[in-house]
Amino acid sequence: MAKNGAARDDARPQTHMKGAAVRRSPARKAEELDRLIHERLRLGIVSALAVNDSLSFSDLKKLMNTTDGNLSVHARKLEEAEYIACTKSFEGRMPKTQYRLTAAGRRALERYLDHMEALIRATRDR
Amino acid sequence: MRMTSVRPLRPTPSKDTPALHARAMDNLAFIRNTMEAAGAFTAVSGWGMVAIGVLSMIVAFVAAQQNTETGAMSIWLALAVFSPLLMIWAMVRKARAANMPLLSGPGRKFVLSFSPPMAVGALLTLVLFRAGLMEAIPGVWLLLYGTAVVAGGAFSVKIVPVMGLCFMAAGVIALFAPVVWAPWIMGAAFGGLHIAFGIPIARRHGG
Repeated sequence: MAKNGAARDDARPQTHMKGAAVRRSPARKAEELDRLIHERLRLGIVSALAVNDSLSFSDLKKLMNTTDGNLSVHARKLEEAEYIACTKSFEGRMPKTQYRLTAAGRRALERYLDHMEALIRATRDR
Repeated sequence: MRMTSVRPLRPTPSKDTPALHARAMDNLAFIRNTMEAAGAFTAVSGWGMVAIGVLSMIVAFVAAQQNTETGAMSIWLALAVFSPLLMIWAMVRKARAANMPLLSGPGRKFVLSFSPPMAVGALLTLVLFRAGLMEAIPGVWLLLYGTAVVAGGAFSVKIVPVMGLCFMAAGVIALFAPVVWAPWIMGAAFGGLHIAFGIPIARRHGG
């Protein structure tokens, strides 16, 4: 799952005009994706956090089957966009990093799901 | 003489359309798989199970009042037809509420794994009924329903196959216990187990 390479596509969320998107061609719609969560590993992080109150760094690493470095890079991108929030603490002497999805992150995932569904509908209608 | 080119009334689908469609489907399946793997979402509706459990208890009580085995069996058969419809409705509602496609990836695998043992159960019911082996039917039903839940549950959260194993255990008990216990074992299993497992699934796994 998304092991290769760090974040390359840094595009910020572009458009969220659902009504307008419906009238556009599928190819145009695909261009309007929120590329921040379109990347597989970041989409995985957001999806996993959407169904859990919070997940630790090691939970996410295991779930995404990725490396520490790769997960850190992608998680930071989501943090910078305020899609996820990170809390650092200590469990005994061990540092523990917990991630949770923010309201903005949940909205972004919902928009992404809407977008995928609209894309499927549009391609089916053609 | 050169003819002008004819423009089709319907635009020809562009080459990227199937690819976009497939990618969008793949992305939705990926989200669904990740949520399932994260252990907190299952398409199986906990509240649907609770409703079936309550109905099963009522049916067990009503069936126990019947004078004939055929009468009692008919009531259970009516529940066997109604329950899947109720569960499908509950699963569709849950999937819609979670904004998840019902039959992509794990959902489809669940249905494909769950259905064969249920079909075998329906066929064996007919065979056992014709052979006059009515007393074997409750055990066979519980065993095959348990098998279906274990098989389908392999693609869901861990609690679902555990519930299937409990149904199989109840089936073994029903097969070897005195015949008069069978209706109560059916009531306890189809009623009690659905409620006992349905509530934690509803609370922890999205409804």
